[in-house]
Amino acid sequence: MCETAVNLDIVVPNKTRYLRFVGAIAEQLAKELDIQEDKRDALAFNLNLALTEAVANAIQYSSPTKANDSVRICLSVEDAYLSVRVFDHGKGFDLAAVPTPDFDELHERGRGIFFIRSVMDWVQYRKTDSGHVLEMRKKIA
Amino acid sequence: MRVAKEMRDDRTVLSIEEDRIDAHNSGELKNLVLKTLEGGAQNVVIDLARVQFIDSSGLGALLSGYKNANLRSSGFALAGLQPRVRSMFELTRLHRVFDIYPSLQLALSA
Repeated sequence: MCETAVNLDIVVPNKTRYLRFVGAIAEQLAKELDIQEDKRDALAFNLNLALTEAVANAIQYSSPTKANDSVRICLSVEDAYLSVRVFDHGKGFDLAAVPTPDFDELHERGRGIFFIRSVMDWVQYRKTDSGHVLEMRKKIA
Repeated sequence: MRVAKEMRDDRTVLSIEEDRIDAHNSGELKNLVLKTLEGGAQNVVIDLARVQFIDSSGLGALLSGYKNANLRSSGFALAGLQPRVRSMFELTRLHRVFDIYPSLQLALSA
């Protein structure tokens, strides 16, 4: 039977000032893992980045009628994978339709999902009973 | 966002005194650069030596500065990128767009 090593369930207000906080938790979690130091540092930065982008998206696209809404984040480490789930209450979007940025165009937006896809091994966005969830996984062993 | 602004010869140096640029403070950075350019700055150097983390909105704010500087025929350079911050520019090929110097000193002597 698989044993869950870590399982964090975090709820923060949907305010950008909490991005630093959730990013720091992700970094700290990565630093607790029993992996090579250089890989651990890279993983810490990448997790911080993926979670920052995902939570910023969740805040940006949350329902405007729910200004005091929250964002729920679940982080777990199980076997060889680190999983991150970010729940939002917005209208959702089609992840498959988000294109890779055109690097010759200097648009100021549109790189967040690209960063998430670049630093994580698996990304999915789906509808749930209570909203949507962006799920990301990273192989750690 | 804490930013130190100083004139060094003909350059306006904006030193970011934060370890992180994300969606919480990138709008502030974008506005600050725009105001600096609107104030007549001809050569702007952004010193990023203290920044350890930047996200897509932070890159967007710097791109806004780059484009606004180009519109005004002003210089716009970045200095002192930490390795992980530089990796974000490389991932998005933006290191080919910006004038990037290893340090503020090198940017000022260019």
